[in-house]
Amino acid sequence: MLLIHCPHCQENRDEEEFSYGGEAHIVRPLEPEALNDQAWADYLFFRTNSRGIHHEMWYHAMGCRRYFNATRNTLTYEILETYKTGTQPTIVGASA
Amino acid sequence: MKKYSGFSLLKNALSYHENWQKVWRSPTPKKHYDVVIVGGGGHGLATAYYLAKIHGITNIAVIEKGYLGGGNTARNTTIIRSNYLWDEASQLYDLSLKLWEGLSQELNYNVMFSQRGVLNLGHNLQDMRDIERRVNANRLNGIDGEVVSPQRIKEIAPLINISSDSRYPILGASWQPRGGTARHDAVAWGYARGADALGVDLIQQTEVTGIRRQGGAVIGVETNHGFIGAAKVACVTAGNSGVVAAMAGLRLPVESRPLQALVSEPVKPCLDTVVMSNAVHGYISQSDKGDLVIGAGVDSYNGYGQRGSFHVVEHTIQAICELFPSFSRVRMNRQWGGIVDTCPDACPIISKTSIKGLYFNCGWGTGGFKATPGSGYVFADTVANDHPHPLAAAFSLDRFNTGALIDEHGAAGVAH
Repeated sequence: MLLIHCPHCQENRDEEEFSYGGEAHIVRPLEPEALNDQAWADYLFFRTNSRGIHHEMWYHAMGCRRYFNATRNTLTYEILETYKTGTQPTIVGASA
Repeated sequence: MKKYSGFSLLKNALSYHENWQKVWRSPTPKKHYDVVIVGGGGHGLATAYYLAKIHGITNIAVIEKGYLGGGNTARNTTIIRSNYLWDEASQLYDLSLKLWEGLSQELNYNVMFSQRGVLNLGHNLQDMRDIERRVNANRLNGIDGEVVSPQRIKEIAPLINISSDSRYPILGASWQPRGGTARHDAVAWGYARGADALGVDLIQQTEVTGIRRQGGAVIGVETNHGFIGAAKVACVTAGNSGVVAAMAGLRLPVESRPLQALVSEPVKPCLDTVVMSNAVHGYISQSDKGDLVIGAGVDSYNGYGQRGSFHVVEHTIQAICELFPSFSRVRMNRQWGGIVDTCPDACPIISKTSIKGLYFNCGWGTGGFKATPGSGYVFADTVANDHPHPLAAAFSLDRFNTGALIDEHGAAGVAH
């Protein structure tokens, strides 16, 4: 059971209030029509799937209903930080 | 390999069962193999077995970081069925089901395959429309299946609650009589024993740490016990597929998530079939030992921790107790989580890669156990001929570029 700190509400809340949004910092291509199939597939489907430090999106569905990002260790499930969308993580590390 | 038989059982009884032949050798790795299979789970061992048996390639090593069949092969609910919607998927899973039907004889190893039938329940009108569509598609593909009424469900599984005022009223189900369960460990052990007898080296406690390449082709794998050369490397590492792919500089369209299951204390025989429900998210069967084997959902977030969230278990148990009120007093014994590699279309990847001699069999997500024989069969063919087996062709990595996805979220059993 995760206890997640929502950076908007500034509160630690139960995992069940949130829904998962997948890998963070994936930039939507500015000109999708200029991409070839492989680059578009890479944007759409291919993921880093880190074993270790992972930056991911969460949605506070039953709270403020806003998205934010978290840095989490996918082996220990420890949440190292949460930060607002549009800002950068302070913890970055090679995945284990 | 000495054959198991009633006679051998009798003969060994005379020497107090102390002289049984070891089931497989513990060889020291050779310098070079024709094929190195990374991952000694059910799928990897099946691949090794069929490579040796059908394609005559016996200079093979299976490299396993832990022990054989110690990952998801040992962490699933052992359900076997082939009632998938699309032609490509249903044919692959039905090949597997057909192999299951003869597997104990093929391997001379009792995999305890029990065709006790599988029910997939429908709880609302849309469920029933989907079930009817799927059953019709199955029948067109020559796969057994029928849509059954609540009364028929009650006959098949008498403890189930079909009253219309229950929280999840049961409107009907699909019924695949050829489906069932098998002993999860026995499958891995049977394939391991068969492969070993054909000369395959099963190397345990050895972790692949890198994939060495030269000029766009694979030349071997780095392990914590040194370099092992290989002309072909076949990766069958389930939840860790993304990690192994990264060793070769590749990315995959998979995300690794914990999937949980739990078993109760052993109780007297009370459920002789498999009952699954997508809508309320629970599935249940009873093992020969008597424990109720319950499959829970997949966690919503990526994880490699081989454990899952408690609320997922709680949600599943709520559904099971609604379906089977008499199970509410049964105590749970053990709970575990396996790391499953989920694909965007809930279908596997059985594919060559952009690197020559490197193959991936992954993305089975929450439903890989049932496919163990078929997966090994078509993957062995793909690796041996360096060309996809006809049934594997649709499951190439390239389908994500072309957009030819095979959406099996409806039949996959567990929501991804």
